[in-house]
Amino acid sequence: MALVAVVVLAVVSSPGWPRVQQTFFDPAKAWSSLPAVALGLWLNVRVMIVCGILIGVFGLLLAVMRTLRGPVFFPLRMFSAAYTDLFRGLPVLLVLLLLGIGVPALRQQGVPKDPLFWGGTALVLSYSAYVAEVFRAGIESVHPSQRAAARSLGLTNAQTLRFVVLPQAVRRVLPPLMNDLVSLQKDSGLISVLGVVDAIYAARIETASDFNYTPYVVAGLLFLCLTIPMVRFTDWFARKQGFHGAGGIV
Amino acid sequence: MTLLSIRHVRKAFGLNVVLDDLSLDVEQGQCVALIGASGSGKSTLLRCVSLLEVIDDGVIELEGEDITDPRVDTDAVRARMGIVFQAYNLFPHLSVIDNITLAPLRVHKVPRARAEAHARAMLDRVGLADRATARPDDLSGGQQQRVAIARALVSSPSLLLLDEVTSALDPELVGEVLDLLRDLRADGMTMVLSTHEMGFAREVADTVCFLDGGRILEQGPPAQVLGAPQEGRTQTFLARVLGRPRP
Repeated sequence: MALVAVVVLAVVSSPGWPRVQQTFFDPAKAWSSLPAVALGLWLNVRVMIVCGILIGVFGLLLAVMRTLRGPVFFPLRMFSAAYTDLFRGLPVLLVLLLLGIGVPALRQQGVPKDPLFWGGTALVLSYSAYVAEVFRAGIESVHPSQRAAARSLGLTNAQTLRFVVLPQAVRRVLPPLMNDLVSLQKDSGLISVLGVVDAIYAARIETASDFNYTPYVVAGLLFLCLTIPMVRFTDWFARKQGFHGAGGIV
Repeated sequence: MTLLSIRHVRKAFGLNVVLDDLSLDVEQGQCVALIGASGSGKSTLLRCVSLLEVIDDGVIELEGEDITDPRVDTDAVRARMGIVFQAYNLFPHLSVIDNITLAPLRVHKVPRARAEAHARAMLDRVGLADRATARPDDLSGGQQQRVAIARALVSSPSLLLLDEVTSALDPELVGEVLDLLRDLRADGMTMVLSTHEMGFAREVADTVCFLDGGRILEQGPPAQVLGAPQEGRTQTFLARVLGRPRP
């Protein structure tokens, strides 16, 4: 606390502070830019919700594919591994540009041209690779004896996965998944490179007329207002579900 | 009637031969105790019978059916027997009652109301009727193991396999689990158990098998195997676990 106070004091007493305050923390500018930035944020929220759900489903599918045993599943395991390697390695921005600008430029009949669609697709493709690895870590953290117990009761492999392994795995990886969701929320701003107006792009437009950066700060504050309650909610929800730390008895 | 027939079973992990041409018959209603040092193959034998491990050679028959045939439905076979593990292996994310009803609901397709009624009756039998909604982590080791036994019994298996079920328990909790097994024995449950409790083996088992190096070295009524062992290795083992001088 004391350290924070010292830093705040040092910043506020700097010779350039009045100028910085005017450029970044101008209340009048903040108020005037709020509607445009908030409207942009609404787009971020929608992108985050839709992509978040798709990423969860696709990521889980990839992780399950990767953890399947037996030689018959080799192609699926191979696909999943190659997919994660590829999309974790590629910069999100490149995927965005390739899909958002490259694909419509092919001028194929019946291919959507909406930048929002392609932006969302790029985010889903990239993030699924990260989320799949998080899920895989969770699945592999469930002790083999849990599988043995489930199979010994007569449950099939699929039932074991559905009722015994995945519930424990998902609970364990909830905190890192939230990490990815928060990060997705911020990266959803990247689709502005395709010309879609999100909170950050709206802030840039507001800034362009007078070089006052306050709208960016407004956007940042709005992001915080979203992520903090979201993270607190998941923590509370995980506890309510009977998740006490690492869990497990073996 | 022979319920379980294990004939010439071999199982190796890499170069390590764990079961070596092992044969054993278990009659309906019989209780067979497997004794022997760690690594002698007791647990592996139980895991092979419950098809959690694939045997390399030999045949295992349950009620006259060859269950090691690759064409059999292993899930259906497993559903006909119960296995209880040393470390309980309860599902920590499910309540006690949900642990017990999982297999009846999903495998045997019993309606929920009937499955829960049956599970409660089972819990009552193992003396835990009041802990139905508890989580496994909130129970003592002995209670967890009794839940695990209830879970294994709820689908009325024809064979119960018990893998060192008291080894992970505090000494004062061993009694409650052994009492339960005595009751099951009295009800005529067919059981194969691996154990370090020689006193218990002597009391409940019809047959005691001494395993050494993946073979049954000595087999017979408890009084004979535990009281007057013929093989040198059996004598050494018993002397060590019972703290008795070698005769």
